[in-house]
Amino acid sequence: MAQASIEHGGAHDGGGHQASGGAHETSTGLPNTKLAMWLFLASECLLFGALISTYLLYRGTSAEGPYPADVFDIPYTSVSSFVLLASSLTMVLALSAAQRRDIARMRLWLLTTALLGMTFVGGQVYEFTSFYHEGLKLSTNLFGTTFYVLTGFHGVHVTVGILMLLSLVGMSSADRLPDDPSFPVEMIGLYWHFVDIVWIIIFTVVYLIPTGSPSS
Amino acid sequence: MAESELQPHPSPDRAYAGGTSHAHPSPKEYVRIGAILGLLTAIEIAASYTIGGAALIALLLTLAIVKFSIVVMWFMHLKFDDRRYARFFVAGVALAVTLFLIVLMLSRVFLR
Amino acid sequence: MASVSVQSPTAGGMLRRPAATTGFWSWFTTVDHKKIGILYGVTAFIFFIVGGSEALLIRTQLSKPDNTLLSAGAYNQIFTMHGITMIFLVVMPMSAAFFNYLIPLMIGARDVAFPRLNAFSYWAFLFGGSFIYSSWFLGGAPNGGWFGYAPNSTTDPTIGMSFYAAGLLITGIASSAGAINLAVTVINMRAPGMSLFRLPVFVWMGLVVQLLLAFSLPIITVGLFELLFDREIGTNFFNVAKGGNPLLWQHLFWLFGHPEVYILILPAFGIISEIIPVFARKPLFGYQFVVFSGIAIGFIGFGVWAHHMFATGLGPVANTAFGISTAIIAVPTGVKIFNWMATLWRGDIRLATPMLFAIGTVTMFVIGGLSGVTHSVVPSDYQQTDTYYVIAHLHYVLFGGAIFGLFGGMYYWWPKVFGRRLGEGLGKTHFWIMLLGFNLTFGPMHILGLQGMIRREYTYPASLGLTFWNQVSSTGAFLIALSILVFIGNVVISSRRPRTFEADPWDGRTIEWMTTSPPPDYNFAEIPQVHALDDFWHRKYAEDKSGRLVPVQAGAAAEAGAHEDAGHGIHLPNPSFWPIIAAAGLPLLGYGVLFHWWMAGLGAVLVLVAFYGWALEPSAE
Repeated sequence: MAQASIEHGGAHDGGGHQASGGAHETSTGLPNTKLAMWLFLASECLLFGALISTYLLYRGTSAEGPYPADVFDIPYTSVSSFVLLASSLTMVLALSAAQRRDIARMRLWLLTTALLGMTFVGGQVYEFTSFYHEGLKLSTNLFGTTFYVLTGFHGVHVTVGILMLLSLVGMSSADRLPDDPSFPVEMIGLYWHFVDIVWIIIFTVVYLIPTGSPSS
Repeated sequence: MAESELQPHPSPDRAYAGGTSHAHPSPKEYVRIGAILGLLTAIEIAASYTIGGAALIALLLTLAIVKFSIVVMWFMHLKFDDRRYARFFVAGVALAVTLFLIVLMLSRVFLR
Repeated sequence: MASVSVQSPTAGGMLRRPAATTGFWSWFTTVDHKKIGILYGVTAFIFFIVGGSEALLIRTQLSKPDNTLLSAGAYNQIFTMHGITMIFLVVMPMSAAFFNYLIPLMIGARDVAFPRLNAFSYWAFLFGGSFIYSSWFLGGAPNGGWFGYAPNSTTDPTIGMSFYAAGLLITGIASSAGAINLAVTVINMRAPGMSLFRLPVFVWMGLVVQLLLAFSLPIITVGLFELLFDREIGTNFFNVAKGGNPLLWQHLFWLFGHPEVYILILPAFGIISEIIPVFARKPLFGYQFVVFSGIAIGFIGFGVWAHHMFATGLGPVANTAFGISTAIIAVPTGVKIFNWMATLWRGDIRLATPMLFAIGTVTMFVIGGLSGVTHSVVPSDYQQTDTYYVIAHLHYVLFGGAIFGLFGGMYYWWPKVFGRRLGEGLGKTHFWIMLLGFNLTFGPMHILGLQGMIRREYTYPASLGLTFWNQVSSTGAFLIALSILVFIGNVVISSRRPRTFEADPWDGRTIEWMTTSPPPDYNFAEIPQVHALDDFWHRKYAEDKSGRLVPVQAGAAAEAGAHEDAGHGIHLPNPSFWPIIAAAGLPLLGYGVLFHWWMAGLGAVLVLVAFYGWALEPSAE
């Protein structure tokens, strides 16, 4: 929620102009919204830092199964990772189109990004469901607790990003974006890429680095 | 945060589009960067099936950091943007890494 | 308290906007940083009265041995709520009140960077605080201490600690949004010429505090979610039976909790750094040292958290390292103390009420700081942990430091905010009674602690010989209450006197005194061009050849404010309904997690709708 407010906060407030973010009015020459976004992302590092270190603290200490090796389907999650990575690419392509004022292509790429995001979240829902049926519940063991909460927090971030992307497409279609829409696209893009880099870390730390079960 | 750098000095090149320089990569370059990221991911996955032990962990962590940096520098264009954004973000990343490494050390995670 | 005397600024009447910026209902939609500052202040003061009443209950209970006034359960709830209230609902928002009101005025801006987000922060704080207090009627208040140690907090059968976790998450959202907003304001909204090293020290401390908040709140956010999930949806983060480690909570809490200590004290440091130079008629000694030691305190403040955990068995290496870092953080703090003393040295000192409070802050904080240094000695800390010695220490820094400083700030800026001074006679009475009561209350706790009286015990047997000092302490607490009544009386009496509208009652140094009192909606008719540190002082005074101050004639003082024809064409953001609506969704989300999930759905929809309304709202009328 906080991110959404920051996202839109600067767009109209303080007499700023969307296209330039009011840049020429600020002391540093940096637009308020963009500075706020980077500060927000910096503080988000601490949030995911705490979540990831909680996972690491309890990694391999579950007293009972299912253990990571019992449930993980690495090929499946790898596909998800490629999907999210690809969405970052389509996001920058949307920005590039916006900067060239190629509005149609911008909308197309934004929509593609949102669809890839939805594919990722859908994949996560499927993954959670199948793990659940294999006996891994939130309360089963420390692995279940830390895994669901860490990846769940990430999933919520992706979902918020999807909402913002779709809103952006909607606002563009309703002609409510400025003539040069690159600033809002850039801001939402920053958020979107941040969610992607968090996944890069999660994919490595949670999925790829093998966690031995206590017996091994 | 030295005096000179955060002084009010709306120089014309900074004022345009909010301190973003125009030297953004072209779509072609973006696609190339995307391909590199995909390739690195493929290497990660392949490695996780072929090698093991400390070497695997070292390789995976290195690749993750490389991917992280590529996305931050090119897709989030910190490489081309005003340095001051980078300073805030690097402060956040560095603080998070330092603090939580200490927490994990204090909890003896690396001795397991 | 303040609302008694609040009226909309009469100056600048040309700038009436179609959307009402005056009248009762305008307070709900305002995005004016000055009004939001006043709202923060009034709300925090009400919570101060509530938290103070809880303190009086605690002291009454402890005023005699084997007292049965409060049950152990009620006592647990009251001391927990006292701590939560004073830290999260009094000192933090009261500091936010000062930052909100003053930062834009001191840097020469018309408002903060994101005015609607600012309003959202206030309402989220108010609703979050009310949410926590609603627990009294919905199954019991939090009862696990303000630091909510697991697994006590996760296994407690009452609902209190769920309110604690959800409520602090809501106020945390408020603080995070506020922190980013104010940090961007300081960095980006300065008047021409207001370079970073011309910023008043108060603004610098504001920036450091906002960055501390931005980087420490996410950590406690994770901790609170884990606590809430353990209690409400069956996760195992702190569940020892499944291998969970309760020390994780302590790490996450104190990684936030220690920066939080500086979040609470640095605003007061900033306030007295403004007051002392004005009432000593000398520039602050070593401005850059004060600024850099403030930054150093903020930075080192992230590296000392484990000194709260010496007794948990981290091992000799860790304890030594954190003992050293704790001792080191005393250095920049000491630097500041010496700078204030050097500012007073040979100054032309006026002992007006703000100055009394500033000097009180310095002296009381020194006592608290010194007992803090004793905590850095690990073997000594083992003896002090969880005793009243710690209570004495933390109240000397947070009451003797923060609260005294905040009261000093109220007396100092009251004329700027309301156009009239508070009474000097009553102000000095307030100060001396509070100083006496404060030392009677918390001084004896050092002795009680070293005699072995432990915290959080609802009573003690007569045979322990703790009765006398407890009685002294309880007497002191009621003296503090008396002093607060004097303050309230002062506010009421002064609000009946005619307003004087003095722009610069104290012969101030910084540019907020250039505009009218109270300032017009747009703060400055013309944004001042800043040429120096203490710019306003240099506009008023110059030095002659022998180095003596001579007033600068003509065109100097307070004309920069509102002329009758000023303020045309100044664009100010319109009021908005969306911040309060978005904030109203947050407690619903909280109740949803605690009671019925459909409420959370309702809250989420409300937040979502409000943010869409927010994003689509046209920027001007």
